[in-house]
Amino acid sequence: MEQFSFVSATDDAQATAAAAKSATAQMGATVRFVAGGTNLVDLMKLDVERPRQVVDINGLRMDRIEALPEGGLRLGALTRNSDVANHAVVQRDYAVLSQAILSGASPQIRNMATTAGNLLQRTRCVYFRDLAHRCNKREPGSGCDAIGGYNRMMAILGTSEHCIASNPSDQNVALMALEAMVHIQGVRGERSVAIGEFYRLPGETPNIETVLEPGDLITSVRLPAPVEGTRSLYLKLRDRAAYEFALASAAVVLGVSGGTVRHARVALGGVGTIPWRAREAEAELEGKPADRIHFVRAAEAALKNARPQSENGFKVELAKRCLVHALTTVSA
Amino acid sequence: MQDANVKPNAGQAQFSPVIGAAVPRVDGPRKTTGTAMYATDYNLPGLVYAVPVTSTIAHGKIRSLDASRAEAMPGVLLVLHQGNIGPLFRIAPRSSVISEERPPFEDDVISYWGQYVALVVAKTFEQAQAGAAAVRVTYDEEKPNVATKLDDANVKSKVESKRGDTDKGFAGAPVQVDETYGTPAETHNPMEMHGTVARWDGKRFLLYECTQGVVNHLETMAQVLGVPRENVEVISRFIGSGFGGKLFPWPHSALAAAASRKLGRPVKLTLSRKMMFYDVGHRPRTQQQIRLGATPDGRLVSLEQRYRNITSLLDDYRENCGEATPFLYSTPNLTVSSALVRRTLGTPAPMRGPGAVPGLYALESAMDELAIKLKMDPVELRLKNDTLTDESNGKPFSSRHLKECLQVGAERFGWQKRTPKVGSMRQGGAVLGWGVAAASWGAWRGSCQATVILRDDGTARVSSAAQDIGTGTYTVMAQVASDKTGLPIDKIEVVLGDSSLVPGATSGGSTLTATVMPAVAAAANEAVRSVLTIAARSKGSAFYQRRPEELAMTNGRVHVKEQTPESGVEFAEILRQAKVGYASGVGRSGGLGSDTKARDYSTHSFGAQFAEVEWQPEIARLRVNRMVTVIDGGRIINLKTGTNQIAGAVVMGVGMALLEHTIYDPRNGHPVNDNYADYLVATSADAPQIDVHFLEIPDPMMGEYGARGIGEIGLAGVAPAITAAVYHATGVRVRELPVRIEDLLVSSVV
Repeated sequence: MEQFSFVSATDDAQATAAAAKSATAQMGATVRFVAGGTNLVDLMKLDVERPRQVVDINGLRMDRIEALPEGGLRLGALTRNSDVANHAVVQRDYAVLSQAILSGASPQIRNMATTAGNLLQRTRCVYFRDLAHRCNKREPGSGCDAIGGYNRMMAILGTSEHCIASNPSDQNVALMALEAMVHIQGVRGERSVAIGEFYRLPGETPNIETVLEPGDLITSVRLPAPVEGTRSLYLKLRDRAAYEFALASAAVVLGVSGGTVRHARVALGGVGTIPWRAREAEAELEGKPADRIHFVRAAEAALKNARPQSENGFKVELAKRCLVHALTTVSA
Repeated sequence: MQDANVKPNAGQAQFSPVIGAAVPRVDGPRKTTGTAMYATDYNLPGLVYAVPVTSTIAHGKIRSLDASRAEAMPGVLLVLHQGNIGPLFRIAPRSSVISEERPPFEDDVISYWGQYVALVVAKTFEQAQAGAAAVRVTYDEEKPNVATKLDDANVKSKVESKRGDTDKGFAGAPVQVDETYGTPAETHNPMEMHGTVARWDGKRFLLYECTQGVVNHLETMAQVLGVPRENVEVISRFIGSGFGGKLFPWPHSALAAAASRKLGRPVKLTLSRKMMFYDVGHRPRTQQQIRLGATPDGRLVSLEQRYRNITSLLDDYRENCGEATPFLYSTPNLTVSSALVRRTLGTPAPMRGPGAVPGLYALESAMDELAIKLKMDPVELRLKNDTLTDESNGKPFSSRHLKECLQVGAERFGWQKRTPKVGSMRQGGAVLGWGVAAASWGAWRGSCQATVILRDDGTARVSSAAQDIGTGTYTVMAQVASDKTGLPIDKIEVVLGDSSLVPGATSGGSTLTATVMPAVAAAANEAVRSVLTIAARSKGSAFYQRRPEELAMTNGRVHVKEQTPESGVEFAEILRQAKVGYASGVGRSGGLGSDTKARDYSTHSFGAQFAEVEWQPEIARLRVNRMVTVIDGGRIINLKTGTNQIAGAVVMGVGMALLEHTIYDPRNGHPVNDNYADYLVATSADAPQIDVHFLEIPDPMMGEYGARGIGEIGLAGVAPAITAAVYHATGVRVRELPVRIEDLLVSSVV
């Protein structure tokens, strides 16, 4: 770990001003916010992240879960994963989010990790996390040792010839299916970004992961009011029963009436370079009978563009089974 | 001649109820309150911190090493490397045991990824880390070879055991199995990192270590450091487990000591989790061909095991996969042969049940495949080939009850309800699979000493230069002392983990319990005799001028043998009256090797593992539901720590069967899953319902208590029982561990 200065922010403006001094909010940022620290501190210990300044934002008042007047729920940026997952309204109206959060990490980590911190969770790619290897995400232009390396855990959707790192998040897969809005306080004021627009595919610049600019501070995540008559579910498949990132996961929000799917939102985890919204699957579902044939069709569509590596071809089949089972369960 | 296979009954020595009881760990309160001192918990005055620099190639030579930037950094006191390490020595052959024979920094040759190339010592840990990151090393890299296929030509094969003619026996057998099985490199991954706190005082080394053998560590380090043995003291009070990885010293111990000698200050060196994958051993990959020949009614006529394992470029490490093969079953023809295949990996090390555990995975998997070919129940096949004679040497077993393990296990598991057809058993929406395997692990006792003192405050102290690696040695020794002195457990202090105590034994090979118990018993008996002598000889004693032989000590009270203990006097009172601080005894136990009677017997532990897996094809999820484990491990001294050992081993076995696998990148030799998130061990959520049952039949060759160590037997047989169950559920036969989701996706069971 390299030396850094540590300051505690007392208000949003101060935090934003401090962060704005960094040339980027992406890989290589010289100023980082810290909340739970469950990811940043890890990466600092590995020398993957080397901020000059760490700004503690835990003192900012962004730790509340509030109902929005227009319907829906606002999750303060600093709400802890445990608090969100165990919140009565979240469990009732956004079960998929509660289930996703509880399927990840450990109780200790969930007690520390925050909603906004989790939005920015970094990949677990072993080549990204070890300076001995080349990584375009960590060091643009250096090459990608994951390609041709141990790639069982890597992504099969949204990859490029520069990066195949998978996004390890559970929470954000659920937020994709819930069509959450990310609220940001920037140097030039506030703005909202739909979560579907928040992440950037690796392409030629895997070092740029989100739309965040220097000085941007995520202040809350807003969940729209639940769609009448829908049910939601998160299903996560992995090697062991706990404390492992997904090999494949599915977040589904499904509304069925009279045996026909009226509303479908589908996202996949463990398979994409970003939390993966499967719009092709949604198109195969909406207006169609809620039956196995159409669930399988939806799964086929969701994985149609999968480009597996030498060791992770099984993820295609696994993700399909995961999605079919999630749809079957939620519509039962 | 006594039939050693008959359960001893009347006439056996009787023990107090403390023997066999579920006594809670005597060291439990210290561990749960954080007051147990582990090696790197010691913060000596003036302590400084060392962080190794590790190689980022697996094969080649160091071209240049530039420490100048690191040396100029704040707090950095020293950068050690090949150029300035000073003399470190190799040990004389057979004098003691070391893991990697080459001392650190002896040359510029890199033979595995993560090899130490420099050591940065600084005032703080963070400064040392920053310094280590600033050392610039360049290499002349050669192509590494970490290939997992072990079909290399030009390797020397060695016959380990042979009888009859397996070529003929196999060729003539009506039913045959000929398959090759693989087990991956596994990393020990104890919770506690390896580490050393070394202090050189100008003449002597004090080393706080996490070692499974303080005496061997001393003998080895004295030679490596080039000092007389009396100038080294090794302390290892508590160990956060070792699983074999902490049996013998690794290079970091010498580095910490050398740095302390150079600086004249105590040095603390703690490995990182990554280094735990590079520099302190692993269970090596094995590849094993098994050929079984049998008659149609299920009698083995030929058994052949040809195995290979990976070793390093530096050392010859043989993973003894034929540990149990020569005697597990009756067969006229048998061959076990081995070969070492070199790879650019670190030197392997024994890991819980070395050899036998991967070996039994292969053999017992082949037995399951044979049972299927024979259309015979796999329990019945094993019973049919059971034997009470070790056919590899013609000796009877001192106590072999594999048959009872299988029978009792089948009963407890409900095996008779099994339907053999693949995918034929259901529960809810899931498919169940049931599997069984036999287990075996050598039983041995070594030589050892212990002291017991009885103090004038009414307490006792037991000590030996052995150590407790978390298995319950402290507690078991207290139980023996309690049995012999009649003192309650809470009046007995046990002191271990200090090489200056009387010579103890290593915690390895499941031998320590059997080894220390006779020594503690003898020491306690001698201490009691000393008390009785004091009672008889000191004026003013109630027993003055009686013969010591007329006296006895019961529940801590000295009394005339014919009279009740209540009529007597507290032993502490006798000591105080005689102004003697304590009465002491030293006990020695000889090893099995020097026991002329035991030489006529083959001594092993046995067991049976029954597994139930649950397969949900729609989501390709496989979990182990429950395990029944029956162990023939002699007398169980502590039901609680004993059960704990076996249950822990079963959970480890779930990991071995389904999860554990160190993955080396073939392009550079780096074990890329070098952390707890990417190297999967079984979590609590993966632990099945576990039923542990001990036969509790004392082994007559294991001293008066008849106890055998049980640290390893619980892991043997778990993986093949699970893979047999996986086949039963899914129809997929996995011959390469671990069983992975991708292997099971081809299952046609729906």
